[in-house]
Amino acid sequence: MPSITYRKALNDALAEELERDENVVIIGEEVAEYNGAYKVTEGLHARFGDKRVVDAPISEAGFIGMGIGASMLGVRPVMELMFWSFAYVAFDQIINNAASVRYMAGGTINCPIVIRGPANGGTNVGATHSHTPENFIANTPGLKVVCPATAYDAKGLMKTAIRDNDPVYVMENTLLYGQKWEVPEEEYTIPLGVADIKKEGSDITLIAHGRAVITSLEAARILEEEDGIKAEVVDLRSIRPLDEAAIVKSIQKTNRAVIVEENKPFCGVGAQIASLLQYQAFDYLDAPIERVSAIDAPQIYAKPLEDFQIPDASRVVAAARRIL
Amino acid sequence: MTYRSFSFVLNVFLNLSAYTVTTAKSTNKKKTVARKKTGKASSGPDINASLSPEEKRELYRTMVRIRRFEERSLKSYTQEGKIGGFLHLYIGQESVAVGSVSLMEENDHVITAYRDHGHALAVGMTMKECMAELYGRATGCSKGKGGSMHFFAPDKRYWGGHGIVGGQTPLGAGLAYALKYKGLKGCCLCYLGDGAVNQGAYHESLNLAALWNLPVVYIIENNHYSMGTSQKRSSAGAPLAKRAEGYDMDWEVVDGSHIYNVRKACDVAMKRAREESRPSILEIQTYRYRGHSVADANDKKYRTKEEIQKYMNERDPINVFKQTLLEEKVLTEEDADQISKEARDEANESADFANESPYLDKEEILTDVYWESDNDRDEIQKGRIFFNDDF
Ligand SMILES: Cc1ncc(C[n+]2csc(CCOP(=O)(O)OP(=O)(O)O)c2C)c(N)n1
Ligand SMILES: [Mg+2]
Repeated sequence: MPSITYRKALNDALAEELERDENVVIIGEEVAEYNGAYKVTEGLHARFGDKRVVDAPISEAGFIGMGIGASMLGVRPVMELMFWSFAYVAFDQIINNAASVRYMAGGTINCPIVIRGPANGGTNVGATHSHTPENFIANTPGLKVVCPATAYDAKGLMKTAIRDNDPVYVMENTLLYGQKWEVPEEEYTIPLGVADIKKEGSDITLIAHGRAVITSLEAARILEEEDGIKAEVVDLRSIRPLDEAAIVKSIQKTNRAVIVEENKPFCGVGAQIASLLQYQAFDYLDAPIERVSAIDAPQIYAKPLEDFQIPDASRVVAAARRIL
Repeated sequence: MTYRSFSFVLNVFLNLSAYTVTTAKSTNKKKTVARKKTGKASSGPDINASLSPEEKRELYRTMVRIRRFEERSLKSYTQEGKIGGFLHLYIGQESVAVGSVSLMEENDHVITAYRDHGHALAVGMTMKECMAELYGRATGCSKGKGGSMHFFAPDKRYWGGHGIVGGQTPLGAGLAYALKYKGLKGCCLCYLGDGAVNQGAYHESLNLAALWNLPVVYIIENNHYSMGTSQKRSSAGAPLAKRAEGYDMDWEVVDGSHIYNVRKACDVAMKRAREESRPSILEIQTYRYRGHSVADANDKKYRTKEEIQKYMNERDPINVFKQTLLEEKVLTEEDADQISKEARDEANESADFANESPYLDKEEILTDVYWESDNDRDEIQKGRIFFNDDF
C-alpha cells in the first residue's frame, strides 16, 4: 500500500469527489490560484477550473452563508476555512443557519455542506489562531463533526462527509498535514460515527480524537516499554455522531479510561465521554476516569510554553499511571 | 501575473506616480453632502510646512528603525530559528504608520491588524520589548503571550495587534465611542488591509461610526494584495475607500510612497474626527516587499519580481523621503548612514536582549486570563474558574 501524507489524502478525496459529482464545488480563501494556504487543494484549480474551485475574498460569513444557501438548492459546497479559528466571524451561518434550517422547515430542506480546515494549536501563532471548536459544533444538534487523525481516516471521512446530506464539519490539523500513512489506492469511504481501535490493549483505554490520537499512541508505546502496560487506543474519528458502543466495549475490557484531547477541558468532548461512561459502564470502571486536555487558558504564544499547554505523551502516561 | 492584475498595478503607477499629485482630490473625492464640512481642514496650511528639520529627521529615523528592526527579526526567524509561527513584515509600508502616528495628540489612539510591528515602534514601543515578544520571552510587551500578531501597549494608547482579519475594526469604533462618551477630544486611528474591507464587521463598524458620529479614522493600507489575491480578484468596486459614500462618510485615496502625503491626509481626517466627531476612510496606497508572512512560499508567484523591484526602486517610502530631505538640505548622506547604522545596532541589541531573556514560568500560563483570579478577590470570586490547573 502506498504511503501518502494526510494532506495528499485530503487532496485525493476532494479530487475524487469533484470528479464523481458535478455539484461538488470548492470555495475558500486562496484555495484556487494559490493552491491553498496549506496546499490541501493543490492542483485542483488547474485540473477542475474556475467553476469548481473558487477563490473567495476574506468574507467568511458571506461565502459560508452563501454555501449553505446554495446547498439548499442541491449544490454540494466544500468550504475551506484557512483556520477553523476564522469560523468565529461566521458563527451565525455555521451554527444558526446550517443547523436549524432543516428543523425549522419541518424536514423539507437539506444542507449538504462540508466546512473543512485545520483546527489546532501547537503552531506558535497565539490565541486568535489556535482554536479547537469541535465541542462547540458538537453541542449543536443538526451538525456533524469529524476529526481525522491519520491520512487513511482523513480521506475516507472526507469522502463520506461530501456525500452526506447534512452539514459535516471536518477539523484537520496543520501538524498532521505532512505526516504519512498507508492509504489504499482503491476507492473507500469511512462511515461517520464509527470509532477505530488504533491499538489493541487490555489494561487501560486511551480515548482520543484528532492529533491527540497520535499522542495517545506514543503514550501507549511508553506505557508498554516502561511499565509493561497494554493500553488500548480508541480513536473517536467522529465526535457527532459518536460511537458510544465502541467506547463502552473497550472499557468493559480494560476497566480504566483516560480521555485525551487538545481542546480546553471545560464542557469539552471528554466531559461528554465521561458522562457516557459513568452511565453505561459504571460497573466496569475500576478507577476514576482521567481527563487530559490543554491547560485552561487562551493559547499562549511562547513556543515552549505552548508545547507544555497542549497534552504530550508524558502527560498522558502520568494520567494513566495515576489510575493503574 | 495575469494581464488584469498587471494593468491594475500599472494604473496605480500612472495615477499615483508623482508625489505632487498626492491626494487626487478632484477626481476621487466625493463632493460633500449637506451635513458635512468636508475639506475645511485640508484648505488650511500644509501640515508638513511647519515641521522642523529635527522633526523631519525623526520621521525618517523612525521609518529606518522599523525597517532595520524587521530585517533583524527576519534573520532571527529564518537564519537563527529564534522566532516561529507567523511573522508579517511591514517592510515597504513604513510611511503609513509613521506618518499617521506622528500626528497623534494626547487623546488619540491606535489599533491595527497583525502586521503591527511598524505601528508599535511608531508609537514609541521599544525595539527590545517588541523583539522579546517575537521571541516569546517574559520581557516582551505581552510577556510572550501574544506574539508577532498581538502586540499591545495601552500605556501608549496602542490597542493591538489583532490576528483576525477585520476584527479590530469594531474595536476602533469602540475606542472612538469611548472618547466621545467621556467627552475627550481625540480620535482613533484604525488600520486595516485591502483584503479586510470585505469583512462584515468592518461594514457594520462604518455604519455605526457614521450613524453615531464617532471620531475614528479608518486607514486602509492598500498594498494591493491580501495574501496571494490581488485587489481586483477580491474586491468589487474601486477605489476601496469609496465604499464610504454608502455610509455618508468622507474618504480619500492617498499616495503613501511619500510620508508628507500621508501626514497631510491624516491631518485632515484626524482634525475632522477630533473637531467635528466625524469618521473618515483614508485609502493609502503602499506596497509590501516581502511575502504575506515569512512563511509565504508563493510570494513571487502571484506578482512578478519586476513589480516588486519597481516599487523598491521608485516608490520606497524611505528612499523617497530621504531624497526629499536631501533636497531640502535637512539631511546629508552621512546623516542617513549614521541613522541607519544606529538603527541596525539598536536592532541587534534588541535581538541579543530577547535571546538572553527568560520565558515565563509555566504557572503563568494561567495568569492574565481573568481580572478576578489575578487580583485574588475572594469576596467576589466564588466557584471554580479553571479546570485543569493542577500541573
Ligand atoms: C477572519 C480571517 N480570515 C482569514 C484570515 C487569514 N488571513 C490573515 S491575513 C490575510 C490577508 C489579509 O490581507 P489584507 O487585509 O490586504 O492585509 P495585508 O496582509 O496585506 O496587510 C488572511 C486571508 C484571518 N486572519 N482572519
Ligand atoms: Mg493587503
